Amino acid sequence: MSAVIESSGHDDHHHGPAKGLTRWLYTTNHKDIGTLYLWFSFSMFLIGGAMAMVIRAELFQPGMQIVEPEFYNQMLTLHGLIMVFGAVMPAFVGLANWLIPMMVGAPDMALPRMNNLSFWILPVAFFILLSSLFMEGGAPNFGWTFYAPLSTTYAPPSVTFFIFSVHIMGASSIMGSINVVVTIMNMRAPGMTLMKMPLFVWSWLITAYLLIAVMPVLAGAVTMMLMDIHFGTSFFNAAGGGDPVLFQHIFWFFGHPEVYIMILPAFGITSHIIETFSRKQLFGHTSMVWAMTSIAILSFVVWAHHMFTVGLPLAAELFFMWATMLIAVPTGVKVFNWVTTMFKGSITYETPMLFAIAFVVLFTIGGFSGLMLAITPADFQYHDTYFVVAHFHYVLVPGAIFSIMAAVYYWIPKWTGNMYDERLGRLHFWLSFVGVNVTFFPQHWIGLAGMPRRVPDYALQFADWNMVSSVGAFLFGASQILFLFIVIRTVMGGKKATPEVWEGARGLEWTVDSPAPYHTFSTPPKIS
Amino acid sequence: MNEGSKKTIRLLCFSVLGMFTFSFALVPLYDVFCEVTGLNGKIELSATTNKNLETESGRNLSVQFVSHNNEQMPWVFRPTDSLIKIQTGEYHTATFYVKNPTDKTMTAQAIPSVAPSNAATHLKKLECFCFEQQELAPGEEALLPVRLIFDDDLPESIKSVVLSYTIFDVTDYNAIEMTEHHNDSDHHDGHEMGPSL
Repeated sequence: MSAVIESSGHDDHHHGPAKGLTRWLYTTNHKDIGTLYLWFSFSMFLIGGAMAMVIRAELFQPGMQIVEPEFYNQMLTLHGLIMVFGAVMPAFVGLANWLIPMMVGAPDMALPRMNNLSFWILPVAFFILLSSLFMEGGAPNFGWTFYAPLSTTYAPPSVTFFIFSVHIMGASSIMGSINVVVTIMNMRAPGMTLMKMPLFVWSWLITAYLLIAVMPVLAGAVTMMLMDIHFGTSFFNAAGGGDPVLFQHIFWFFGHPEVYIMILPAFGITSHIIETFSRKQLFGHTSMVWAMTSIAILSFVVWAHHMFTVGLPLAAELFFMWATMLIAVPTGVKVFNWVTTMFKGSITYETPMLFAIAFVVLFTIGGFSGLMLAITPADFQYHDTYFVVAHFHYVLVPGAIFSIMAAVYYWIPKWTGNMYDERLGRLHFWLSFVGVNVTFFPQHWIGLAGMPRRVPDYALQFADWNMVSSVGAFLFGASQILFLFIVIRTVMGGKKATPEVWEGARGLEWTVDSPAPYHTFSTPPKIS
Repeated sequence: MNEGSKKTIRLLCFSVLGMFTFSFALVPLYDVFCEVTGLNGKIELSATTNKNLETESGRNLSVQFVSHNNEQMPWVFRPTDSLIKIQTGEYHTATFYVKNPTDKTMTAQAIPSVAPSNAATHLKKLECFCFEQQELAPGEEALLPVRLIFDDDLPESIKSVVLSYTIFDVTDYNAIEMTEHHNDSDHHDGHEMGPSL
C-alpha cells in the first residue's frame, strides 16, 4: 500500500526535518505546521477553559464570591474570543494542514512560506490579546461580540490592543484560507475530480471561501471602531450621525458565516469517521456536498436573527426567520445521511466513533434549540438569556470541539505512528460527554426561566441548576487534562499503528505509512 | 508554481480586498437602505423642499414627544407639550425647552427618531433644531422649534406617532475639530483622543 511514496535516490538532507527549535520556527512542511497549529490550539483551549472555570466558579452560588464583576466581564470576553479564534479555528486549520495535502495526493500546501507566516503571527496576536489582562483598565470586557458603543465609547484603553490582535488573527485566517483554496483547486492528484474529493476537503474548501468573504468584513468592523475611538469619526456614534445598530449589522454579517466556519469542517470529519466505523460507504456523498454549499450560501442572508430585538421592521423579521429555518433543511439532509450510513452497518465503538455519534446527537439538539431561537416572537423572550448560551455551547462544544477530539483520536495513529490507549480514550469520552451535558443542559431551563446571560450574579431561584452546571463544567474541564495526558502518551509511544490504522478506512492518507513520512506524494498517486 | 495557482491567488487576493471595501460600503448602503425604506425610524436631517403636502382632508393623529439625555448630558431638555392632537396634511410647530445649568458654554446635537418606523418617511420638517448644533452659554435657556407635517399617505393603521429626540453633548467633538483645523493654536487641551478616553 505504501508503494506510492517515492523512494528517490538523491541525498538525504531534503527528506527529514531539521533539528532543534529552528525546525519549528522556519518549517514550511505542512505536517509540521499542522502540528504547530494543533498544539497552539490545545494550549489556547486550556487557557480559555481555565477562564470558563473562573466563570463557573463565580456562578457556583448566587452573590459575588470569587472575582470582581469587572474581572468577570473580562473573563467572559476573553473566554469567548480565545475559544472562537484561538481554539476552534486554529484546530481546524491544523487539521487542514495535516490532512488536505495527503487527502488530495499533493506533496505539500501550495504556499508553504505563507503557511509558516500565517501560523507564527497567531501566537503574537494572542500574546497581545492576553497581555491586555495586565494593562491599566484591564482586558476587553465587552463580550466576544464587542458591540459598539460598549467597545468604543465605554471600552477600556486596552481595546486598541484588542483591535490590533483581531487584525492579526484575521490576516492569519485569510492567508490560511488562500492556501487551502489554492491547494485544493490546483494540486489535486490527476483523476481526483471535484466530486471525488473527500468530504473533509470539500468542507474546508467551502469554509475557506467563507473565511475569505467575511474575515475582511471583520477587519473592516474593527477598523471602524479604531477610527471612532482615535480619529474622531462617528461610524457607530449617534451624536455624530452614526448608528450603533450598524455595528451589529456589520458584525453579524461576519459573525453568522463565522459560526458555520466553526462547524463545516466538523461535518467533514464526522462523515469520514462514521463511514469508517460503520464499514459502509458514506450515504449520499453528493448530497453532502450540496448541503454544505447551501448552508454556506444561506449563512450570508440570516445575520439579523441575532438582532431580532433591535427594532427591525416586520418584513425583515419574517424574512430572517424564514431564511434561518430554511437552513434546517440542508442540515437535516446531513444528519439523515449520517444516520443512514450507520443503518445496518457493522459498527464498532472506538473512541473517534463515540465522539462522532455524540456529535450527531448533541449537535442536533443544538440545532433544534437554534430553531426555537429562530422563531422571532419566541426570540424576544429568549434573547440574551442562558437559553442562548446553552444553544451555542451545544453546537460549539459537543459540536465543533467533539469533532476536533474525534479527529485527533482518528488520525493521531497516522500522525505519530502509535495507537492511543483505547481504554483511556473511552474514559475521556464518557467523562466529557457527561460533563458537557450536565454543564449545558440545565442552562436551557434557567434560560427559559429568565436568567440573563453575561451576569456575575443571579436571582436565587436559579441557584440549584447553576450549581449543577458548575459541577458539570469542573468535570468537563478536568477531563481535558486526561485528554492532554492521552495525547502526550501517544506521541511518546504505544502500540505501533499499521498504515491502514482502521479496518474499513477509505482515503489516500491511509495508503502511506504510519507515522506519515515527512514528505508524502512527491509523485502524485493514481486515483481509480 | 503553475499558472493556474497564480490565477487562483490573484483572484482570492482581489476578493479579500473587495470584501474589505465592501465592509466600508455597507455604511452608506445601510443609510441609503434605511432612507429609501424608511426603516429604523431615521428621519432626513434637512428641511423638506416639497411644498404640496398640505391637504384639507386630513385625518386625526396624535403625536407624542419624548426627550432623552444621552449619558451624562447635564442639560434640561423636555418638550413643551408631551402630546398633541393634529391632522395629517397640516403644519404644526412644536417646541422643546432647553437649559444649560452648568457653568461652561456647551454645544449639543439632537438626534430624532420616529416610532413606528414606517411613519418616518411620511414625516416632513420645514425646520428643526435638530438640523444644526445648539450652543448655550452658562445658565442660558431657550425654546427650540420644530415645524413638521405628516403627509396624507401615512398608513391608515397608524393612529399615534412617537417623535423622540436624544440630545448629545458634542462640545468635546467640536474641540477636536478646532484642534484639527487650528493645529498651531493653544486650544490643544489633550482631548484629541476624543471624549471616550
